[in-house]
Amino acid sequence: MTISKELERQGTPAAGPAWRRRHVLDLDDFTAEELELALQTAAAMAQVLRREIPRVPTLRGRTIVTLFYEASTRTRVAFELAAKALSADVVSVTAQASSVSKGESLVDTARTLRATGADIIVIRHPSAGAPYLVAEHQEASVINAGDGWHAHPSQALLDLYTLRQHLQELRGRKVVIVGDILHSRVARSNVWGLTRAGARVVLCGPPTLLPWDLTAGATPSSSQPLDWMRLPPVEVEPDLDRAVEEADVVMALRLQGERQQTGLITSIADYIKHYQITAARLARAKPGALLMHPGPMNEGIEVAPEVARGPQSVVDEQVANGVAVRMALLYLVAGTQTRG
Amino acid sequence: MSETILMGPADVRRALTRIAHEIVERNGGCEGLLFVGMRTRGAPLATRLASEIGAFEGAQIPIGALDISLYRDDIHHLQVQPVVHSTDIPVDVADRRVVLVDDVLFTGRSARAALDAIMDLGRPLSIQLAVLVDRGHRELPIRPDYVGRNIPTTRSQQVQVRLLEVDGRDEVALITPPEGQP
Repeated sequence: MTISKELERQGTPAAGPAWRRRHVLDLDDFTAEELELALQTAAAMAQVLRREIPRVPTLRGRTIVTLFYEASTRTRVAFELAAKALSADVVSVTAQASSVSKGESLVDTARTLRATGADIIVIRHPSAGAPYLVAEHQEASVINAGDGWHAHPSQALLDLYTLRQHLQELRGRKVVIVGDILHSRVARSNVWGLTRAGARVVLCGPPTLLPWDLTAGATPSSSQPLDWMRLPPVEVEPDLDRAVEEADVVMALRLQGERQQTGLITSIADYIKHYQITAARLARAKPGALLMHPGPMNEGIEVAPEVARGPQSVVDEQVANGVAVRMALLYLVAGTQTRG
Repeated sequence: MSETILMGPADVRRALTRIAHEIVERNGGCEGLLFVGMRTRGAPLATRLASEIGAFEGAQIPIGALDISLYRDDIHHLQVQPVVHSTDIPVDVADRRVVLVDDVLFTGRSARAALDAIMDLGRPLSIQLAVLVDRGHRELPIRPDYVGRNIPTTRSQQVQVRLLEVDGRDEVALITPPEGQP
């Protein structure tokens, strides 16, 4: 029986957008339609999560493995709760980065997981590109839960989802991402998602943590498209007070303590002075502008405590939306693991 | 591929009017009723049934729309994952007399999925099934309580219900594939 006939048989229209993406590695090649489908699916999943018993039988008999080579609380928990809400079996594998050499052994681990029945492998790895390698060398679907400085597509999707709950249309909205842009996979995936949704993205942070292509002669005052790691056109503005002017959204990133040891920032105190999101700075944005943070937050460093818990903060919603968005991704890629 | 129109706008209207009366009669009124339309075309049918009953009984029956994608039994075998739509049921299903509404009853698998989906939302007093067309070929022990029209079909034929709200016109078409094609 053909697919369209089977769909007709069960009374679901075959028309509409179709998901054919086997892996979710980054948002860089997502079409606007695919983003839309993922967000729409997440909204339906959020309904399931609001029930008294938040569980549907959809992925019964499927095995989802979370393979984390890096510490994580919210991403891992969100993926595991998402898998359970869809009635899949969940196996979590933690690997110590020290015991796993790169290359073959990562592939071998993934192949073993596939051989033992994994339909979907959710992977976090300190090396950029690791999920691509896994996707290439075995049959299970791969979802990137963060790879090095490269990408974190499920985080960017949940940020988009959260924004859409507040701003119906993202086209033309000004989103300022503040902090350690250079080392941030959250920023990179968000740049792809936000620009594809039509938002105007401004990157802001200490000049040492911004992805300037200094060799190309870019200076902090010239706002020009970046070539660095193939980013789509965004603006760069190292002065936070200027960057937040008329912003609809301010997204602060986590600052890693080690950036100070490596000399990329002079001191935490200096960072706070110039880059902390304070009530005064947020007041320069549009009235009611949203404050986001991917977590875990160093409260009092990236964001002033009264702002972090203030009425404009959607940080808690971001965490809550994380499960629905991951359910959507698991559901959608599971469709590419057809059986029989 | 040949297409025969088996029901026109007037036929659809009369069938729905009759079902509306049957529902009220069988349930001894409208007390506790909740109409749940199965997406896509069951939803506008549920709305129409409720407004028919509103017209002659003066009662407002709550209506909801149900998406069964997450409950399908063929999900591992489809190559394209069905698009999940929202389920919008405005009241608690607990202790309600739920009338599930769909356009076509065929194998009964969608109805089975809908039963599970409703049960996951709560414990209704009862669930009844109303369909505009019953085309036979059941694969599960499921029977409708209200039928607009029984249409004998072969397995290879298709029954398409078209509704004003979705398709721009009201009609029921029987589509027969050319000879020799499955």
